[in-house]
Amino acid sequence: MEAAASGGCGSGPPLLLSEGEQQCYSELFARCAGAAGGGPGSGPPEAARAAPGASTAASGPVADLFRASQLPAETLHQITELCGAKRVGYFGPTQFYVALKLIAAAQSGLPVRIESIKCELPLPRFMMSKTDAEIRFGNMAELHGTKVQIPYLITEKNTFKRMDDEDKQETQSPTMSPLASPPSSPPHYQRVPLSHGYSKLRKSTEQMHPAPYEARQPLVQPEGPSLGGPGAKPLRHQASLIRSFSVERELQDNNSSYPDEPWRITEEQREYYVNQFRSLQPDPSSFISGSVAKNFFTKSKLSIPELSYIWELSDADCDGALSLPEFCAAFHLIVARKNGYPLPESLPPTLQPEYLQAAFPKPKWECALFDSYSESVPANQQPRDLNRMEKLSIKDMADFPVPTQDVTGDDKQALKSATDEALPKDIKQQLIFVSATPKDSNSLKARPRSRSYSSTSIEEAMKRGEDPPTPPPRPQKTHSRASSLDLNKVFQPSVPASKSGLLPPPPALPPRPCPSQSEQASEAELHPQLNRAPSQAAESSPAKKDIPYSQPPSKPIRRKFRPENQATESQEPTTAVGGPASVATVKPHPTVQKQSSKQKKAIQTAIRKNKEANAVLARLNSELQQQLKEVHQERIALENQLEQLRPVTVL
Amino acid sequence: MAVCVAVIAKENYPLYIRSVPTENELKFHYMVHTSLDVVDEKISAMGKALVDQRELYLGLLYPTEDYKVYGYVTNSKVKFVMVVDSSNTALRDNEIRSMFRKLHNSYTDVMCNPFYTPGDRIQSRAFDGMVTSMMIQVC
Repeated sequence: MEAAASGGCGSGPPLLLSEGEQQCYSELFARCAGAAGGGPGSGPPEAARAAPGASTAASGPVADLFRASQLPAETLHQITELCGAKRVGYFGPTQFYVALKLIAAAQSGLPVRIESIKCELPLPRFMMSKTDAEIRFGNMAELHGTKVQIPYLITEKNTFKRMDDEDKQETQSPTMSPLASPPSSPPHYQRVPLSHGYSKLRKSTEQMHPAPYEARQPLVQPEGPSLGGPGAKPLRHQASLIRSFSVERELQDNNSSYPDEPWRITEEQREYYVNQFRSLQPDPSSFISGSVAKNFFTKSKLSIPELSYIWELSDADCDGALSLPEFCAAFHLIVARKNGYPLPESLPPTLQPEYLQAAFPKPKWECALFDSYSESVPANQQPRDLNRMEKLSIKDMADFPVPTQDVTGDDKQALKSATDEALPKDIKQQLIFVSATPKDSNSLKARPRSRSYSSTSIEEAMKRGEDPPTPPPRPQKTHSRASSLDLNKVFQPSVPASKSGLLPPPPALPPRPCPSQSEQASEAELHPQLNRAPSQAAESSPAKKDIPYSQPPSKPIRRKFRPENQATESQEPTTAVGGPASVATVKPHPTVQKQSSKQKKAIQTAIRKNKEANAVLARLNSELQQQLKEVHQERIALENQLEQLRPVTVL
Repeated sequence: MAVCVAVIAKENYPLYIRSVPTENELKFHYMVHTSLDVVDEKISAMGKALVDQRELYLGLLYPTEDYKVYGYVTNSKVKFVMVVDSSNTALRDNEIRSMFRKLHNSYTDVMCNPFYTPGDRIQSRAFDGMVTSMMIQVC
């Protein structure tokens, strides 16, 4: 039988390998050859790309591999003999492939015969021992420092990626030979079928191959921890590179409870991501801008299209910046990708920002705003807005967030314009602003990219907001206008001419051009009004006598205004007095006088308040006019710039 | 609905062009190319006015016997050209507008991606998906 078998081998039985088998066998072969030859990287891939028959596999690694198949030694001997390596003295590709196939047969329970390899077999399974781990570790020293961390992140994810047994075998065997890059790596990862996914897409991660390979070794066994422990120790020697990742080795058990969730982020992973986030952006509730994230993720050495796709997946709100949950999702995807998982078509539910925020509330962080992350997606806009508002309100003495400040990048412009829109809506209450942030997030999705808001417009809006309160102090309860109208009617038949200061029914706002003139005019009217007021109370004739009484009350009002007016006013009362005095007078009654004096005082206070309001409004108006001019000028300047730029852009 | 969708950069080279897989796809490419002249004409017609006043949607650029070509220009002079089948009379102007709006939104999403440099071909899967949804085969 032996002779026949060896003869069979010598004649070279046609070895029918499926494509998947061919792939993994070639990789295993290359790995054994490469491991024997030393050094990862370019060597093995070239060996793989070259004709497989060009090299031989050294017996050392091959023996290790065979031992890893966990077949009894006797079976291994048989296989070795059968495949003809013993006969020819080395493991050429043919022998190697036959051996592998025999191993597969043996593992599936078939007898170790040549005939058994003729049929369809699953791929052989290899459980590597820790000694191999140490061997592989020798290669780790050559690896780039910072990037060693990443492959270790997802040790737990690799365990049970696919629950199908076939897939599992396939996944495991390709993972055993990460050193080889297949000759034909399609540039577009999305077209790679699953079974070939990991092996084909290692091109960019060649350096990392031994590392993830080592990382996975303990995981291949379901009883992870026992092997993981010793396996982890050599890893921990590289602790300076790995930092917190070594902790993740102990997470294998945790992740074995998530058999079909390679996209789930564990606590330690989350911590790592958060630390990385902090290193880029100290404020955990704020965003990482696109360029910063790009630089950071480019270090992972994934290809740009892949990174672009990962960004597309993880930036859920498409704002060009990564919030903390988005960043964690992106990082997780990158790590998964580096470990060979094909990227999903859409963001897995466990990586979505809402889920991440809900699953990992972080009370231990000092940022109190982060607690509000327990809400839905718009909430991540909310703390951002709140945060922005807090920062800005400190800076703005008007206690109003000025969005032009604190813009860290163009990525924030959309948010700024959104906040700008929100602010004028409800100026007084920031609470309403908070409730308006869902509106903001919607508007962000609609992307209002206008940047026409400036700080001056906000201040104007502010002042406009303040305007409404001030006019109300101008009460109409004393119906001063009405009284003046009536008095005017009363007085017109009498001596309108003599009262030089008398104007037609005084408007509520005296004419604009000069506030002083208006005040003067209003002052001038004051006395006729005062004169009229008592006369309104009494009859027209007794009013004339009240004028001397009206003078003392008018005097304190007079002194409020500018002294130069006093001269004119003092003249006017005299003329006013003289005027009415010339008119027929009637003896005033004391009671009427008292009533009229009370009314006089009421009217005087009302008039005083009105004048103050007038003054305030006049000042306000002049300031607003000034600002309007400035804004006009700005606009003109911008239009000029636009005109200058236009000839360049028009085709 | 749409038979061919193209995104043309400011310098008139295509950033993205995709047609319904028929036997004569080159014809669509030519149509898009010729429509660029019409687009230029339309945007230069209102060149004097402010950019803000110019509408982004250009409307029907020109009809041919079998197809109609619609155009849309963004403020950064990136053009979207869409070729639709003339036999599909159910398509109203509003629908075309909404399709262009979706295109514009997806294009903005692509722009937001820091790994995308403006001027590159658009290879975003989300963009592809959106265009596919617009090009559902009616035949």
